[in-house]
Amino acid sequence: MKIDITHIAKLANLTLSKEEKERFSKQLDDTLTTIQQLNEVNTDNIEITSQVTGLENVLDDDIPQPSLQQKDALANAKSTKNGLFVVKAILEE
Amino acid sequence: MDLNGLTLTEAKEGLLSKQFSSSELTKACLKRIKATDEKLHAFVTLTEAHALEDARHADELLSEGQDLPLLGIPFVIKDNFSTKGIQTTASSNVLRGYIPPFDATVVAKLKAAGMVMLGKTNMDAFAHGSSTETSDFGTTKNPWNTEFLPGGSSGGTAASVAADQTIAGIGSETAGSIRQPAGWCGIVGLKPTYGRVSRYGVVTMASSTDSPGPMTKRVEDSALVLNVLAGKDPHDGTSSPKPTKDYAANLKKSIKGKKIGISSKYLEGVEGDVVKAFNEAKKTFEKLGATVVDIASLGVDILDPKYSIGVYTILQRAEVSSNLARFDGIRFGQTRDAFGEEAKRRIMLGTYTLSAGYYDAYYKKALKVRTIIVSEFHKMFEKVDAFIAPTSPSTALPLGSSKNHPMFGEMADVLVEPSSIAGLPGINVPAGFSSKNLPIGLQIMGPQFAEDIILNLAHEFETNTEWHLQKPQL
Repeated sequence: MKIDITHIAKLANLTLSKEEKERFSKQLDDTLTTIQQLNEVNTDNIEITSQVTGLENVLDDDIPQPSLQQKDALANAKSTKNGLFVVKAILEE
Repeated sequence: MDLNGLTLTEAKEGLLSKQFSSSELTKACLKRIKATDEKLHAFVTLTEAHALEDARHADELLSEGQDLPLLGIPFVIKDNFSTKGIQTTASSNVLRGYIPPFDATVVAKLKAAGMVMLGKTNMDAFAHGSSTETSDFGTTKNPWNTEFLPGGSSGGTAASVAADQTIAGIGSETAGSIRQPAGWCGIVGLKPTYGRVSRYGVVTMASSTDSPGPMTKRVEDSALVLNVLAGKDPHDGTSSPKPTKDYAANLKKSIKGKKIGISSKYLEGVEGDVVKAFNEAKKTFEKLGATVVDIASLGVDILDPKYSIGVYTILQRAEVSSNLARFDGIRFGQTRDAFGEEAKRRIMLGTYTLSAGYYDAYYKKALKVRTIIVSEFHKMFEKVDAFIAPTSPSTALPLGSSKNHPMFGEMADVLVEPSSIAGLPGINVPAGFSSKNLPIGLQIMGPQFAEDIILNLAHEFETNTEWHLQKPQL
């Protein structure tokens, strides 16, 4: 199996060095080979299990409650302006 | 014995009967930390000033006759639990310097119960591992032999409790991260049913299996801590509304007539010393009047635990790649360049298995095998009250063992992965020592929400063995 490491890194928003790409490529191949053993297990007509609690559509009463103050919410941000997070522009004028 | 060597139950009695104060108890722990932590490196952040202040406050409340469940008891908390105003890193450079503006529900509950927090303990970075070797802040050492690993990811808490740096501790388990380090360090570690204890405020690893729980010196201590932690949390939609129990109520109940399952599939590839200890444990249960029976003889067939490695690896990496997407360096933390090797590798694999064209072959396949594992346990627990196995195939491994083994954790945790995938409760109890004088762990697993049953079995096992009385020489 051949993983397109550059493509996956882009999807994952990770910047990898050339060495990392080479190393991960080999390691991920090995890991995928190990997990291929799951194909020995017959799963015909078996449903998937996404959760084990049996809870579905857990809803809260819509009651406003005190939440984080603006200054606390911004306290760990590297860059803020006018009480907002500064982010990279995603739309050009 | 120095005060820091007390169990939680003993410390609580001593505080209530005014044999010593919380300040004295806390100072004894801090003294022990200072004497041993250069060697062990169990802590990421020591909160000495806070601890002494909390202890003084606890002493005031004690003198007023207040009786909170953990009033004045020193705890260490794994560094993936958000602590308001105190750095929380999950042992990753990505969160270096991050000061949470809120407490995790587990921390809030412990505080309301009166605990004194000594500090935040080391772990595998983002809990990715079973050794603490993926921590960006150095490796924790095993108190029984500092040339060996403590296990992980809750290795800092395990080492700290085992070395009597604290009275009790908190860990979290996704698949093994409480039970395995508890086993390797010779303490009690309880992984509750998934959903029994809130995940709110815990730095997420795999949201569908993350389970916070107590790591203590005795079974009774874990029961008392679970009494504080268990319950529905409006901040965590996956926490269970099922009523909680008094987990300390039935500890001493006779286990006569209880049916305990075993399986030879959980002994394949397990070290000789560990198998020997496991066979002794079986005899102990039989001596106490329980029936130990091979589930195969009851017509219950289970998948080889080795298949759980594949299921867990796929599901966990997938959930990691999604959960760690939140670290963008904008709102908090450092940029994504700060991820360590293990986190990057896991994000990459998870992204791959979830990507277009591969989802069915990997993720969906794993979810189907998960169904089989869940249903097998369900059938098993129609026939037996509990299921026992070695916690880990080996005792603690030497420092450096995880390096260059991308699946080290999965292999070390093969015997705890099936029950984690099924969301079941499990507890590690000390069950012997290897020829190298390293602790051996026994795990007792039960049906969903049967913490009371496994605690009862664990307590009776503990009461009738002496492994838990041994302490590491540091």
